[in-house]
Amino acid sequence: MMHLDHTHDGPTAVSADAQRPDGTRRALRIGLGGPVGSGKTATVAALCRALRDQISLAVVTNDIYTREDAEFLLREAVLPPERITAVETGACPHTAIRDDISANLEAVEDLEDEAGPLDLILVESGGDNLTATFSKGLVDAQIFVIDVAGGDDIPRKGGPGVTTADLLVVNKTDLAPYVGSDLARMAADAKAQRAELPVVFQSLRTGDGVTGVADWVRARLAAWAA
Amino acid sequence: MTTGVRATARIVARDDGRGGTSLPVLAGEGPLALRRTRGSGDEARVMIVGAMSGPLGGDHFTVQAEVAKGALLHVGSAAATIALPGQAKGEARYDVRLHVAAGGELRWLPEQLISAQGSELYVSSRIDLAHGARLIHREEQVLGRAGEQPGRLTSRLTVRVGERPLLDQELACGPGAPGGWDGPAVLAGHRAMGQLVVVRPEFERDPVQPQQMGEYAALTPLAGPAVLVTALAPDALQLRRVLDQALQALT
Amino acid sequence: MSRAALLVLADGRFPAGGHAHSGGAEAAVRAGRITGAASLEEFCRGRLHTAGLVSASLAAAAALGADPAALDTAADARTPSPALRVAARRLGRQLMRAARATWPSGELDALAGEFPKGAHQPVVLGLAARAAGLGADDAAHCVAYESVSGPATATVRLLSLDPFDATAVLARLAPELDRVADQAVLAARRTLDDGVDALPAASAPLLEISAEAHAAWAVRLFAS
Repeated sequence: MMHLDHTHDGPTAVSADAQRPDGTRRALRIGLGGPVGSGKTATVAALCRALRDQISLAVVTNDIYTREDAEFLLREAVLPPERITAVETGACPHTAIRDDISANLEAVEDLEDEAGPLDLILVESGGDNLTATFSKGLVDAQIFVIDVAGGDDIPRKGGPGVTTADLLVVNKTDLAPYVGSDLARMAADAKAQRAELPVVFQSLRTGDGVTGVADWVRARLAAWAA
Repeated sequence: MTTGVRATARIVARDDGRGGTSLPVLAGEGPLALRRTRGSGDEARVMIVGAMSGPLGGDHFTVQAEVAKGALLHVGSAAATIALPGQAKGEARYDVRLHVAAGGELRWLPEQLISAQGSELYVSSRIDLAHGARLIHREEQVLGRAGEQPGRLTSRLTVRVGERPLLDQELACGPGAPGGWDGPAVLAGHRAMGQLVVVRPEFERDPVQPQQMGEYAALTPLAGPAVLVTALAPDALQLRRVLDQALQALT
Repeated sequence: MSRAALLVLADGRFPAGGHAHSGGAEAAVRAGRITGAASLEEFCRGRLHTAGLVSASLAAAAALGADPAALDTAADARTPSPALRVAARRLGRQLMRAARATWPSGELDALAGEFPKGAHQPVVLGLAARAAGLGADDAAHCVAYESVSGPATATVRLLSLDPFDATAVLARLAPELDRVADQAVLAARRTLDDGVDALPAASAPLLEISAEAHAAWAVRLFAS
């Protein structure tokens, strides 16, 4: 158990403490996980563009190879460089977001110290597998990103990411006709796995883009600030 | 049982008040003879002249140098020092004790130390610097003469600035040294290794960036106004080339 | 003194960030110096008797109650590579978080206050051992073991080395590991009277040199 009930008056908070050492409320932390190539980094970039004029936000990436995702975000200039941090994961991104979250906790605290005050920190996992989920000691909510090209049977197969994430994003819907994925079937399978938990189908190239996910993030932010 | 030779050499360098450096103490002993030679600029230059080869097993040599405010002392050696096995049992010791006051500078640039087969030597170099002192200190070790197995060599280098440890490094190699000394984490078969320490007060404001110098050498800023160049090489010649290059880059 | 508390502290799954560090193995694998179980063993042996001994002594001295700030300065002086100093402080900060959550202690709080960006990891580990009711010998064993288990685990991932071979390497090193821990405790006891200069300063030039090169790689799996 990482969360302790007593207050910490030292310089570093422990895990999921909702308050920073100075007593102010810390930023909301949302994790984004999902398989390799499903569009996590593209979704993070789109979210940054959609939200950066309204709220103060920063990003932590967890690559398999260090810095690649962070460098993509830097190239795309979605945020100033001081708001993007890469955590090195020793070839095991799922360990860094679930089993041993210490490096990520440090990264989010340093971002708040150095680039704060922040309303939101997005923690992106390195592309891993369907079982990789974020520790509750690290994030307040998590988004799991899959895509239609990875096979339309992923929602049916389930796994912790698909079944328990606070939001499931089915990405690249524009590709469905080309890869023979059945969106209706994916929606029905997801509903069966997730009951009332929300699912967003999105294409970042067409239609509303990241709007559905951005709206969900805004709602979480409103609840966090309340 | 024979006992080894004990010898102490002492050097004191002072500002001579005329823009140069005087040597009120320049005292060699036995195998450690000292010669003042022509220096460049304001410096006093001293050569350590080995009157006989050594240290041999059981010997205990000590060299002490003290550099006062405003003095600039350069110490070199006439030839490489060779650690040899001796008649006396036990390891030989070579102690170097250096003190530099604020506003003083020591350039300690002796030739290599060669660890011959069968020798056993413990070298301890302790350098105490006041805040504001300057130092160039080179140390090179060669494991074995050409085609020869090395002896047992342990060398510790400690540098303090105003009582605070700045650098403390010990390298132990040769037969009987703790395991792995020649392996992939430590020397990986290299037979020459060197360290160059440069301490300058201005590094405090203007820190030097770390720098790779090929695969087997690196220039690293220490946690203080100093840099260390660590280098490994197949032989003494190639080692010196790397250290000279580093020294040049720093001056 | 609790043997079980030692198992908790020494567990490779103790969440203190170690999984992201290879202890120099990633650089040695890339350079072709570690190619299999035999060279891994020599690498680990060299690391154990140098960085491992120094770290174990620092941890033992901290566990005995030596001044942690003086130990931290001594650790800096024994770590010429800035990349390794940064790694040691990051790991120290991560261990501090885990230790304070696991074994709350005023001494840990005080050290965290003095070093908000992290003290050297072995110093933190020594204080964590104290907080857990463990002794200098436990702290030394724990750190000596980490000095070889880190590279061994990393090499399994980097070379797809047979994990049974890697574990056998660790088992073969066990007697030397015990001796290094004993040496570390002796040195740590001397430190209480003679100050931090009594700590070992055994160095591994290649670990320091290649850590700098590794830190400059654009693409790597491990943080150090």
